[in-house]
Amino acid sequence: MKKLGVIVNPVAGMGGRVGLKGSDGDEIQKKARELGAKPESPLRAIEALKVIARLKDQVEIIAYPHEMGADEAREAGFDPRIVGSISSGATSPEDTVRAVHDMVAAGADMILFAGGDGTARNIYTALGSGSDIPVLGIPAGVKIHSAVYAVNPRSAGEVTALFLEGKAVNIREAEVMDIDEEAFREGRVSAQLYGYLNVPENKKYVQSVKSGTRSEQAEIQGMAAEIVANMKDDVIYVIGPGTTTRSIMQRLELPYTLLGVDVVLNKQILANDVNEQQLYDLVKGKKVHIVVTAIGGQGHIFGRGNQQISPRIIRAAGKENITVVASRDKLTSIMPRPLLVDTGDPELDRELSGYYRIVAGWQDILIYKAGLE
Amino acid sequence: MSRDRYSRFRKFHQAKWDEEIIFELSVPGERGVLVPKAEKEVAAAVGDGVSALAGLKRKKAPALPEISQMRLNRHYLRLSQETMGTDVNIDISQGTCTMKYSPKVQEHMAARHPGITEVHPLQDPETMQGILEIIYKTEQIMKEISGLDYFSFQPGGGAQAVYTNASIIRAYHQSRGDLKRDEIITTMFSHPCDAATPNTAGFKVITLMPDENGFPPIEAFKAALSERTAGIMITNPEDTGIYNPRIKEYVDAAHAVGALCSYDQANANAFLGIARAHEAGFDMCHFNMHKTFSAPHGCMGPATGAVGYREFLRPFMPVPRVEFDGSRYYLDYNCPQSIGKTRSFLGNFGVVLKSYMWIMQHGAEGLKEAAICSVLNNNYMMQKLKKVPGVVMYYDFGVGKNRLEQVRWSWEKLQQDTGFGTTDVNMRLSDFGIQHYWTSHHPWVVPEPFTLEPCESYSKDDLDEYCGVLAEISRECYEEPEVIKGAPHNGPTHRVKHMEIDDEELIAVTWRQYLKKKGLKK
Ligand SMILES: Cc1ncc(COP(=O)(O)O)c(C=O)c1O
Repeated sequence: MKKLGVIVNPVAGMGGRVGLKGSDGDEIQKKARELGAKPESPLRAIEALKVIARLKDQVEIIAYPHEMGADEAREAGFDPRIVGSISSGATSPEDTVRAVHDMVAAGADMILFAGGDGTARNIYTALGSGSDIPVLGIPAGVKIHSAVYAVNPRSAGEVTALFLEGKAVNIREAEVMDIDEEAFREGRVSAQLYGYLNVPENKKYVQSVKSGTRSEQAEIQGMAAEIVANMKDDVIYVIGPGTTTRSIMQRLELPYTLLGVDVVLNKQILANDVNEQQLYDLVKGKKVHIVVTAIGGQGHIFGRGNQQISPRIIRAAGKENITVVASRDKLTSIMPRPLLVDTGDPELDRELSGYYRIVAGWQDILIYKAGLE
Repeated sequence: MSRDRYSRFRKFHQAKWDEEIIFELSVPGERGVLVPKAEKEVAAAVGDGVSALAGLKRKKAPALPEISQMRLNRHYLRLSQETMGTDVNIDISQGTCTMKYSPKVQEHMAARHPGITEVHPLQDPETMQGILEIIYKTEQIMKEISGLDYFSFQPGGGAQAVYTNASIIRAYHQSRGDLKRDEIITTMFSHPCDAATPNTAGFKVITLMPDENGFPPIEAFKAALSERTAGIMITNPEDTGIYNPRIKEYVDAAHAVGALCSYDQANANAFLGIARAHEAGFDMCHFNMHKTFSAPHGCMGPATGAVGYREFLRPFMPVPRVEFDGSRYYLDYNCPQSIGKTRSFLGNFGVVLKSYMWIMQHGAEGLKEAAICSVLNNNYMMQKLKKVPGVVMYYDFGVGKNRLEQVRWSWEKLQQDTGFGTTDVNMRLSDFGIQHYWTSHHPWVVPEPFTLEPCESYSKDDLDEYCGVLAEISRECYEEPEVIKGAPHNGPTHRVKHMEIDDEELIAVTWRQYLKKKGLKK
């Protein structure tokens, strides 16, 4: 019998409705309640679990007590196995971390959670980077910069059910990102890329011969090949974080930093995982080319998860020396909104706005717009 | 009354013969035809007819199935009953394919007339003047339809036509010593062959994404243009049925940087006799004779992509060209700059013949009327389908309000409301005697898509029946979800296992491969 771990962050999303830009921290939660906020995530979790309820007899739900999953699972018609303990009404991020550990120990095949970026980050922290347990988010938080969520609760339920039935789903590596809420409430956005979780997603069935199939792996290899084939001698290449850019480093057979910035010259490694100052020292006065990918659920090319590539470094390269790599699927998922630039320098953001030649595969370029939110 | 008196739906059930593969029917020694011995006179002249070919004779007889005529006849009739082709269903489902009626008289001519069937392509052109005349005359007509100066019917389909045009773009720039042009620009909603075949021909491909209007803004197009642009290859109206109203600006901007413009008019049903490639400024174009000009598509062919060019591109056209000297038709191979052949002999002549007949049956006014009726049919259907719960028409404002011959629809709302998406609706469709619809090329820019094209051939009753079926399925999604979950109910095969179809380890496309993969033969 397949085992599904269910974690509900019962306070996720409370801040949003009352305009608080996030719900992390006791003070904020109190304030949210005072402002009349009601828990959103339990309802969303129930909606998703009801879709899975058709597999009631084939799936065991492992849940944390009370509002962290057990109540919601029962409401959806399950009889969950309860693990761990919490103090109801006063749950904390540490509860989420413990829940993950307990569910892994109980042999969960997948974890379904309801929450936002803070919850996703807690789960990532608990699992660590080596884990391959699939995780899927029911979007319920105020901040959803990460790319680990289904589009809505129902489709979270659908994809989970398909996965548990052993049907065709893709597993993709999706970014876990979170922003500093304190700064966010003060009007500054500073988002970090924390890592990647394995996220199942519905593989759209290919309906007719006319549409054909593309292998995602082949597509990523194609992008890397296209970038590498166009690399010029004596130009410093700044390779941003991400799984798509990682493939470039792999193709060059160079060591890479998944979450950081690497620097390449003449197809040799110049430096790994540089910070802003180190990067600036390397590129100052040189010919520079920046390669970045769209990061997070909203498709940021600058300002999220790659802040090392700061305004002065972008200026050193110039707009014409920026290459963006992104798959067709990524672009269609954010369409018709533009890719986003948020460097912290409004004037530079404006200069960077406009159309880009996006590398989407071998000899395959898409024209797409980048701009401000 | 064969249909339900109130709902107007059919009590349809698919045929289930589970017919064997023809190789399984083979019985050694069984014969369909006994070939008679040659008559004395013939034998005296050429012997047994086989000994003379000594070196060519196979060492082993080909492993063809051995079957009696009666069983063979039954085999194909059963297979035909197991398919839902254009001749049995209301084939509006295959958007972008222009499934109009293919008059049967065309088929009789192409398949039975000895002047057609008994001709060998290597015969002396002097002895096939009729065939050459038809090709020549069809060329004159296509010139008029497009406003361009020369046509070839050699490519064996639309994609091959686009490949031919990409090759001509390359040959043109090379002839001018302009070797840096290695990019072709196309759009996301153009047919994928407008991207794929230039890539096969060696170009890098730049694809423009649509904005919220449903077509790419001219600014995006200009951002893509450069001294490296060899050409643009685009469809208009695109798969969405939206006509890009600024097409002339695109063409002018491309010409300004020295690029050539190729118009994919595979499906010209929206503007036949109304708008021409010439006035839009294009240098070349292609038509799918197996769509717009009614020749049947027949499982991946035979087809013909008619390619047309302006005068200055004539030197690069495929050879041979059919020419007329005032009294005789002849084949002209004397084109030193030609890209060569893109298909053997003269291409699929049968398709040209059927198209020629269709054009002559309609006349110039009739062609225009076909276009008008196909746009009218689509707009009638549009108004009905927009009212079906769960259906969304993307880009339904501004230019997008007016669609030409087809629409890319979306079940996005249905999916949000009920969890059932386009795949689920498709499963149920065949229960009503309508073949599955075509969704969209990938990726799905329009979510939960389906693409419908009601050509001029369908009657109001057909359109009403089709829309009624979609409305009924939508109702079921909202009110009787169990019916949808279990669909199809009236077919012999339940759900096809997509995993298996996608799996290269499992699929077999020939009998030999099948035996091998099943472990029945080494
Ligand atoms: C606009 C367009 N161009 C080209 C083609 C390719 O034609 P064919 O299928 O004959 O290769 C199609 C057919 O689907 C089409 O719709």
